[in-house]
Amino acid sequence: MSVRATSAVALRVLSQLRRDPRTIALIVGVPCLLETLLEQLFAGHSEIFQHVGAPLLGMFPFVTMFLVTSITMLRERTTGTLERLMTLPLGKLDLLAGYGLAFAAFAALQAAVVSAVTFGPLGLETAGPRWLVGLLAVANALLGCALGLFVSAFAQTEFQAVQFMPAFVLPQILLCGLFVSRGAMAGWLRGISDALPLTYAYDALARTASNTLDGRFALDVAVVAGCVVLALALGAATLRRRTA
Amino acid sequence: MSGAIRVEDLHVVRGGAVVLPGLSCEIAAGSVTGLLGPSGGGKSTLLRAIVGVQKVAGGRIEVLGDPAGSPQLRARVGYMTQAPSVYGDLTIVENLRFFARVLAAAPGAAERAIAHVSLTGYEGHVVSRLSGGQRARVSLAAALLGDPDLLVLDEPTVGLDPALRRDLWELFHGLAEQGKTLLVSSHVMDEADRCDSLLLLREGQLLAAATPAELRARTGAERLDDAFLRLIDEAAS
Repeated sequence: MSVRATSAVALRVLSQLRRDPRTIALIVGVPCLLETLLEQLFAGHSEIFQHVGAPLLGMFPFVTMFLVTSITMLRERTTGTLERLMTLPLGKLDLLAGYGLAFAAFAALQAAVVSAVTFGPLGLETAGPRWLVGLLAVANALLGCALGLFVSAFAQTEFQAVQFMPAFVLPQILLCGLFVSRGAMAGWLRGISDALPLTYAYDALARTASNTLDGRFALDVAVVAGCVVLALALGAATLRRRTA
Repeated sequence: MSGAIRVEDLHVVRGGAVVLPGLSCEIAAGSVTGLLGPSGGGKSTLLRAIVGVQKVAGGRIEVLGDPAGSPQLRARVGYMTQAPSVYGDLTIVENLRFFARVLAAAPGAAERAIAHVSLTGYEGHVVSRLSGGQRARVSLAAALLGDPDLLVLDEPTVGLDPALRRDLWELFHGLAEQGKTLLVSSHVMDEADRCDSLLLLREGQLLAAATPAELRARTGAERLDDAFLRLIDEAAS
């Protein structure tokens, strides 16, 4: 690992994002819009918004960063910049860590703006600390980033990469316990739910919202962290210096 | 002159097809060597093997005294891929500063590289909006960063106007005079005369490794593309 190379990658990824203000506006603005819609949709049943507002806030960065990372890394692979990078004094870990740092910083910005809107004008309340929701949002961004990096190896085109979003992300959102509580799921669905990382991310957020920061919360956080490391390791394995 | 690159019995198979069926050659240090031949003949594959990004099925490649692809070579070898491998959404100077940081190049390296490829004044332009030739030059500038001892350039002059091509060949020879080694591929035979020595590659076979003068003497042809055609006929008969 080299601080120089890692920071070079992180700065470069951030300047690429900065060159694309429309994407930044979408990444920050769309979750605010969705939270607002949700709040308005359940205007007569504010308990529903109170129930799902915080978990959604924490899971937006997962979806966003999954998409952004898989497309950015796919571009690196298809335009030949990855091949050039592989001939330079840059470790694979430097590349991955640079990506992770840049997207975590960006996710922090996203979480800060969406939190300000959701906790402010929309009036979301959480029993647990709000900063913890933000911190979990950044952890989920890293999870999305790591998974996006890994799946980008299996896409040849940007069309394919975009389709990995419904394939990898939507089932996790459906099965994480947000729509149907995990206790009410059929056994086999519960089994799949147990194996998906977003289940633990959701549970950690729900526990923060209800301020039940117990042993199960610690386990949730540990599983999310473990999945980030695992997905990064798998992603690193798909980065080859030599290709056919 | 000692060999900067030694290739011995290199075998490369891509997608089930044999691209290089046992190629051997040597490239002298401090010179400009042209790698010429028709498209699809294995030029890019040989260059990729030399910089260590190509999976090889057999053989040995020694670059500047180390096996090709060794970590210690990464700061000493500059590589320009055939397609411009730079970030389209960044400006010229942002691209080069990024690669300069990765290489821990001296301050001002990005600006000097931009000047070498005659793009001074365009620093703030976003790469995706440049012409193909300008984009290729940004990619070349990135390969020049960090003052590498060996430059491996895959068709660096393709699509450039004659004046720019002349300037770039002058740059290549200037670098060779400083002791750098350059291996430059081209499918345009009229660039062959600008090289100190030539490797003629066709269908994975090395047809000749010689200086332009030697090639003329051996084939009796005045123009180098005629010489190349005679070598092909010789190989076929």
